[in-house]
Amino acid sequence: MDTVLIVKAIIVIAIFAISMLMALYETYAERVIAAFIQDRVGPDRAGPFGLLQPLADGGKLFFKEDFIPTKADKWLFILGPAVAMSTALLSSAVIPFGDTIIVAGQKIDVQGMDVNIGILWIFGIVSLGVYGILIGGWASNNKYSLYGAIRAASQTISYELAMGISLLAIILMTGSLSVKSIVLGQHGIDWNIFYQPMGFLLFLTCSLAECNRTPFDLPESENELVAGYHTEYGSMKMGLYLFSEYVNMFISSAVLASLYLGGFNYPGMDFVYSKLVGSFGEVTGHNLATALGTLTLFLKIFFFIFLFMWIRWTLPRFRYDQLMNVAWKWMMPVAIVNLIITAAAELSGKPLLYNWVGLAIFGAIYFGLFPIFKKKTVSAN
Amino acid sequence: MPGLKKTWRNFGLNNKDFMQYLELIKNLTFVQWTFYFLSIMSLFGALGTILSKNPIHSVVYLILTFFTLSGIYLLLNAQFLAAVNIIVYAGAIMVLFLFVLMFLNLKKESNELSQNSMLISAAIAGGLLGLILIVAIKKAETIRVNYNDFDSKTGLIETLGKVLFNNYMLPFELVSVLFLVAMSGAVLLAKREKGDSHF
Repeated sequence: MDTVLIVKAIIVIAIFAISMLMALYETYAERVIAAFIQDRVGPDRAGPFGLLQPLADGGKLFFKEDFIPTKADKWLFILGPAVAMSTALLSSAVIPFGDTIIVAGQKIDVQGMDVNIGILWIFGIVSLGVYGILIGGWASNNKYSLYGAIRAASQTISYELAMGISLLAIILMTGSLSVKSIVLGQHGIDWNIFYQPMGFLLFLTCSLAECNRTPFDLPESENELVAGYHTEYGSMKMGLYLFSEYVNMFISSAVLASLYLGGFNYPGMDFVYSKLVGSFGEVTGHNLATALGTLTLFLKIFFFIFLFMWIRWTLPRFRYDQLMNVAWKWMMPVAIVNLIITAAAELSGKPLLYNWVGLAIFGAIYFGLFPIFKKKTVSAN
Repeated sequence: MPGLKKTWRNFGLNNKDFMQYLELIKNLTFVQWTFYFLSIMSLFGALGTILSKNPIHSVVYLILTFFTLSGIYLLLNAQFLAAVNIIVYAGAIMVLFLFVLMFLNLKKESNELSQNSMLISAAIAGGLLGLILIVAIKKAETIRVNYNDFDSKTGLIETLGKVLFNNYMLPFELVSVLFLVAMSGAVLLAKREKGDSHF
């Protein structure tokens, strides 16, 4: 029992440290990728290839004057960044970063906790994430901050719906709310993305919106609202806000990878497992196979982080009414249709085939029949 | 802790009572510590909700209360209820509350509490509600759970789903219809335009 507890504690601390480290180097990656896309040099002064740039930034943020505006609500002003950072870190608890490791003859999950409501936990924490922005934006007592906060609230509420409904399709397929069993259900290359291509796109869009990343960064759109909800913030308080965005990005990449791209599963994993166990023995081989799975998961996470940054430096920002129309008039109906298709496909007994058939029928109706009726309604008005 | 002992004596408690009290605290299990911590925090949040002058502060206190209530649900091994409480109440309803409150200009303090009639009616209403609650708790048949044969999976989502969709299928469906009616009613009332008929 004691070894289990110690190993579990080490895993939890490692997950925490890795999310912080990832967030630190995401800021660097963001600059490098932005520089590459815009044909610039990017950070190259601090250390080799500018690798120490995040540390320099962190040091700068820590040593700047930490001020609170006179008319601000002092305690809520302090609470805002704290809430943003802690909610960002909380959701990593239920993500399985690997299969099991064998220590002292016992199998231990490489995961903070395997609860049977894992995905609901993530969903709950995500919905709480907006409080940091809301509270901070209101407490600043600045109209631009307030605008940013209100935009963040309405955006998060709107996109949570489509996110939840596309998640329901996954839950329907797996029959479990535990993230671990969702990942284990995608053994080898039996990934959910092949069953749920539309659900994946919806979830990806919603996670962009929930992370407040471009094209959904209306809460901090700098050419309308100065800097949005963190206009009045400086020093490490602003650092925490920016940092929480990067932690959120890491976590949502991990969630996307676990739900749709199979988490720590990779094609040919049974073959690799038997080879490793054959050459290194039962315990070492199993642990090495788990390490390989963790590595695969991190490759997928890196891919998603790159995708997020690629989107940020490619697409322009949505206008506010476009944002709301996309969420309510387009994404939510499509998510409901996706849920119905998934339910029918699950009942048919051949989910892979009938998911695609259903999507094809929906596409034919949407792109073939719908435009005819649409023209009629426009002329009637 | 001599000062504390003296205070206890002033309340008419002797040294033995105090030592017994200390012994009680020492023997608390981890679960009991968690329970008392969560209860005190939820009471703190609830009191803060009604006592703070600023409505935004009230909402923040209320979120704290919901959180600690979810913690108590977790202690009862009702994980699904805890998660749904956070998602629905703390995550959605309270965000909308904050959202609406931020639009209102609440710099002026409300002077409703300075009117005597308001105070008296509020006290009577609150007292009656408290009375009803106390009577209901006194009259209620509390079934003590037998720890030895209690199924610890009662609060889990698998059990809950089976119970909801087997024994309470009709009420469950009716509730969803009720929600739909409420939702479309709200849209209908809010979207009333000039020239539309009044209901």
